[in-house]
Amino acid sequence: MLRLLQIELIKLWNNRASKVLIISYFTLLLCMALIAAIKFDIGPIQFHMAEQGIFNFPYIWHLNTWIAGGLKLFFAIVIVSMMANEYSNKTIKQNLIDGLSKKEFIASKFLTVFTFSLISTLFVFLISLTLGLIYSDFTELSIVFSELEYLLAYFVKLLGFFSFCLFLGILVKRSAFALGFLIVWYAIENLALRFLVWWFAGQEASATFMKYLPLESMSNLIKEPVTRFKAVQSMVAQVGEELNKNYNVHFYELLIVLLWTAIFIYLSYALLKKRDL
Amino acid sequence: METILTVNNLTKKFGFLTAVKDLSFTIEKGNVYGILGPNGSGKSTTLGIVLNVVNRSAGSFSWFNGSLSTHEALKKVGAIIERPNFYPYMTAVQNLKLVCKIKEVSPDKIAEKLELVGLLDRKDSKFRTYSLGMKQRLAIASALLNDPEILILDEPTNGLDPQGIHQIREIIKKIASQGTTILLASHLLDEVEKVCSHVVILRKGEKLYSGPVEDMLASHGFFELQTEHTDALLDFLEKQAIFGAVKQENGVIKVILKEEMDAKTLNEQLFAKGIVLSHLVKRKESLEEQFLTLTNNIQKPA
Repeated sequence: MLRLLQIELIKLWNNRASKVLIISYFTLLLCMALIAAIKFDIGPIQFHMAEQGIFNFPYIWHLNTWIAGGLKLFFAIVIVSMMANEYSNKTIKQNLIDGLSKKEFIASKFLTVFTFSLISTLFVFLISLTLGLIYSDFTELSIVFSELEYLLAYFVKLLGFFSFCLFLGILVKRSAFALGFLIVWYAIENLALRFLVWWFAGQEASATFMKYLPLESMSNLIKEPVTRFKAVQSMVAQVGEELNKNYNVHFYELLIVLLWTAIFIYLSYALLKKRDL
Repeated sequence: METILTVNNLTKKFGFLTAVKDLSFTIEKGNVYGILGPNGSGKSTTLGIVLNVVNRSAGSFSWFNGSLSTHEALKKVGAIIERPNFYPYMTAVQNLKLVCKIKEVSPDKIAEKLELVGLLDRKDSKFRTYSLGMKQRLAIASALLNDPEILILDEPTNGLDPQGIHQIREIIKKIASQGTTILLASHLLDEVEKVCSHVVILRKGEKLYSGPVEDMLASHGFFELQTEHTDALLDFLEKQAIFGAVKQENGVIKVILKEEMDAKTLNEQLFAKGIVLSHLVKRKESLEEQFLTLTNNIQKPA
């Protein structure tokens, strides 16, 4: 296992483009902490982002995993190219000839994706914990460590998304086209499929159906936290509306994404096995 | 003798095209094998199948008498097929370290193997800065990292300049002299003739011959004859069982021998019959002529 991970890390770490992208990704994650520094001081209007309660436990887990989730697209470039480059350099052929089995090849890629998802989750955990401890109004342990399921959801979301990227890399074999396909697929899910089902079976059926699609199920794992924020809610209440939204992470939603992860990894393997190189 | 690779009735179809048809052969330890065949005869496909990168349509193959799974067996094999494939952004040493990780061997031998192929002074240059000849030599170094039981080379001198070809051949000879089993696929006959002890000849995916090079050349040679009494000569040749096929080309009669016979004896016999020769040469067929005969593509020099 360690050997397979090492093999992949040698390939990635010696590639300058990948190295820069990986470092930038984690730097961007760190930059989340900079939200705390947003401060307006225009005469009578004083606004300090960190003081608005956005860093309160346990809300911070929700907010930060949601923001960090947006950065995954950035990392997708690394994942897609690490797969597609094996094809364009034909090194996949050499790897197999050198005695790596097809199963090991996929395993080494998946392990890498798993490791990066784990590190990223850990990173978000530590940043949020630090920010929370500095700015949160509540620091009782029971509150600090509540709602940690958002971190689990974040991890599963990354794992699923990156597995999708791996699969696209193998399917399309060219990084640029694979990324293009990712965008096209997003459009297919959100325009074609959504409205097709809407047209045939109505809005409700469409909304239920969407939950089972790969990209939509991933983004659905962590719902947007903005309307949950109490300042926003009180604003909405003033207008006379009421927001009744369930922000929780549901077990079956995790299951859907994990299922997609398994499907993508299996399909990658099946594709690799079937193809002549 | 220890068997390294057994191929049984291997078949590969690409759609309607049959690239390899019902191919069987065995590779024994210690010999140097050549797979010969014109372009598109299925050499690379065959090697691709036994190297786990091309799926077979039918038949089977086993490494080391089937004692190891294919990918485990490949760790004991060194192979280079077609073009050298390495990570262009990594240096020679980094690439070789990666290969060591894959093959699960220690990286101690990297310097030694780079020395062997004469790349030690360029070990820290990125692969993409290498010339084709250097890339090919790096591929050989990489294939030797595990001190393989068998070295498989597919057209190792393709696209190289004469100097590069010479270097690669010298390396192959050096390795062969150390007792490593070698399987060399090539359409260059002199290349195979120079280094191989056994050959497998393919045409359109079918095996035409497999066995030792000497047996293939086991013909007793042929005579080239010229005389004013052509009809009498032809008559004489046809009546004797010792002579095989007779061909006439540009006034020269070429007759293949079925048994050993020296030029002196023939001359005496003919002279006794009153046939005086103006031209008499005894020759052995070169591998090239043998090969062309076998592949039904005769283009003899005049």
